[in-house]
Amino acid sequence: MNEKYAQAVKELLYKMADDLLILGHRNSEWTGIGPMLEEDISFSSMAQDKIGQSLALYQLLNNLGEAEPDTVAFTRNQQQFHNCQLVEYPIGEYDFSLMRHFLFDNAELLRYDMMMDSSYEPLAKLARKFKGELKYHKFHGDTFVMQLGKGTAESKKRMQDSLNFCWNLALGIFEESPYESTLINEAIWKGEAALKLRWLEAIEPILAEAGLTIPDSNTWKPVYGGRVGKHTENLQPLLEEMTEVFRVDPGAEW
Amino acid sequence: MVEEKQIWKALEEVMDPEIPTISMVDLGIITQVQVNQTDNTASVTLIPTFSGCPALRVMEDMVREKVLSLGIQKVDVSTNFDTAWTTDRITEKGRKALLQHGLAPPPEHTGGLIELSVLSDVACPYCQSKNTRLTTPFGPTLCRSMHYCDNCLQAFEQFKPVG
Repeated sequence: MNEKYAQAVKELLYKMADDLLILGHRNSEWTGIGPMLEEDISFSSMAQDKIGQSLALYQLLNNLGEAEPDTVAFTRNQQQFHNCQLVEYPIGEYDFSLMRHFLFDNAELLRYDMMMDSSYEPLAKLARKFKGELKYHKFHGDTFVMQLGKGTAESKKRMQDSLNFCWNLALGIFEESPYESTLINEAIWKGEAALKLRWLEAIEPILAEAGLTIPDSNTWKPVYGGRVGKHTENLQPLLEEMTEVFRVDPGAEW
Repeated sequence: MVEEKQIWKALEEVMDPEIPTISMVDLGIITQVQVNQTDNTASVTLIPTFSGCPALRVMEDMVREKVLSLGIQKVDVSTNFDTAWTTDRITEKGRKALLQHGLAPPPEHTGGLIELSVLSDVACPYCQSKNTRLTTPFGPTLCRSMHYCDNCLQAFEQFKPVG
């Protein structure tokens, strides 16, 4: 593997792993307080999947010479995290968490679908595994967005408001990497712009059927920065909470 | 001298810690067993059912303990993603073991093509009726979905299809 290829793969793995770790932790904040038991379990299960998937990606980074997964997950500061800003926002009300999950996981399923034939074989293997798991995340998000979009006037308004709030943040998922041309030319994957097109095609009919309106494309202002370590005031407190126990005794054997 | 087939046989007695009627072999998560006769060591490779399965480390320990109990000097138990686990890997015996635990087995021979519609076409493990519905694709563990039988009015779980 040449140096440029390795750099491109590492940057890609970091941002994907960080998205999963951070959204996994956010989803886990619903444990015990979900609006109904099934939703409590669903968000907790998706949290578990995402944190497990992030571990597998950090493990690949470790194989490429980066630090151990626990060190990477628990000792970096916020400028070293490459997650998009969408995933770091607090869980807010259920409508926000649901809409974020719907927008993110539709992209996530397609992302790994596109990576199943990656020239970086370890990633292709993980992609095949993750895809089977992510189908359920998409299924869950689609089902509830549909139900609440078609529900009461209040549920519809809440879903529309959340869609409006999430939209530019969700476009930030697709912030391009400085290595984008290497990623594409080396067939590591087809890149963020291609993913964004597939994502729009996937979510448009679902939102339309749910009676929800995507903001006018003239108003779109993707929120970028997350991929290069620029974050909102929401990330650092989360990192501090996530690492509180770890920091008590970083070398502890569990 | 311990042979590979003895290890496979022994691993049929190592049960999934969350579903104690099914062995790790019947669950299809053991992909390789190798014995080095010269120095009496072995290696066993596992694949995870779900990336986030919290039982994985426990299962590795259980496998290690079992192999050592056969008189192997040292065993290397590792987990990788080289083969993607799917529910097609569950053996016929394993499917019966799931039923024994009150879990509806996953649909057979999906060949990786799993449409989510299969989740609502599940036979109740208690009365075998297909008059059932999916209540949520997530259950008490990552590998289970929750269902309700409108025939015998009983909630049940399915070992959900993954592929």
